[in-house]
Amino acid sequence: MSDGGLRILLVEDDLNDALLAERALSSCKPPPRLEIARDGQEALVCLGLDPPDGAPGDVTLVLLDLKLPKVSGLEVLRRIRADARTCTLRVVMLTSSAAEGDRREAFRLGANSFVRKPMDYVTFTETLRTIVHYWSSVDAGPPGLG
Amino acid sequence: MRPGTGVVLLVEDEPTEVTLVQRAFRDLAIANPLECVHDGEAALLRLGIGQPSVPTLDVALVLLDLKLPKIHGLEVLRRIREDPRTHALRVVVLTSSFDDEERLATFELGGNSFIRKPMEWSRFAEAIRRVGLYWLLVDEGPPGA
Repeated sequence: MSDGGLRILLVEDDLNDALLAERALSSCKPPPRLEIARDGQEALVCLGLDPPDGAPGDVTLVLLDLKLPKVSGLEVLRRIRADARTCTLRVVMLTSSAAEGDRREAFRLGANSFVRKPMDYVTFTETLRTIVHYWSSVDAGPPGLG
Repeated sequence: MRPGTGVVLLVEDEPTEVTLVQRAFRDLAIANPLECVHDGEAALLRLGIGQPSVPTLDVALVLLDLKLPKIHGLEVLRRIREDPRTHALRVVVLTSSFDDEERLATFELGGNSFIRKPMEWSRFAEAIRRVGLYWLLVDEGPPGA
């Protein structure tokens, strides 16, 4: 897909992390479009998965935290992969979890990538920029991303 | 497996492309050893698929061409995802294919990423650098990768 075409759904319940991510992504050139869901339930609604026949959004990349209120990140991932409309959507787990079990389960459920959230702002910003650059300009994504 | 020690397995039948990737890895000082196999059958053999006696996998990342002799790249990917020992292995498809069906099938079969090989050397080297940076330094991979 062409650079700048990325439409990101960030699923993050920590307001501070969400604001940091928003600031980091706004400095990308060109900045991706960003939508934020504050819990797993809201993410499913945004993706048209709750209700099951909801209007599918036009998101092209999901940045998904693991530990989320209402519906966990792994359950959101499972539901994304189980629905024919979203089964090829690119999902990057972005989490502070260091648990091997989480990583194993995320890849088993079909996450495209698993990135540990850096603790300091500078590295966090750099990491987000690298993620955006990779998935917008290096990876071609599934067809039909526009 | 410590960072920088997992093998990057390049599955590519075209010698020129192999040389380009080897050169890019060398120029960028990517620490992970690069191994090459030249057809789909050799890839499955190297990954121990269908051979339960093969010991723990030492491969951290597979760079997979699609148009391969003997077994097509998409079939290699399908077999990787079917085997419980390799189902979480990171597979980046690296191809010159512009076929949308193949791109869709890559993601449907659980490929982690799909990259069209740029024709020009400098852009190809940059793409390999980005792949190395992302999958070997930013992405954590499954346990053991």
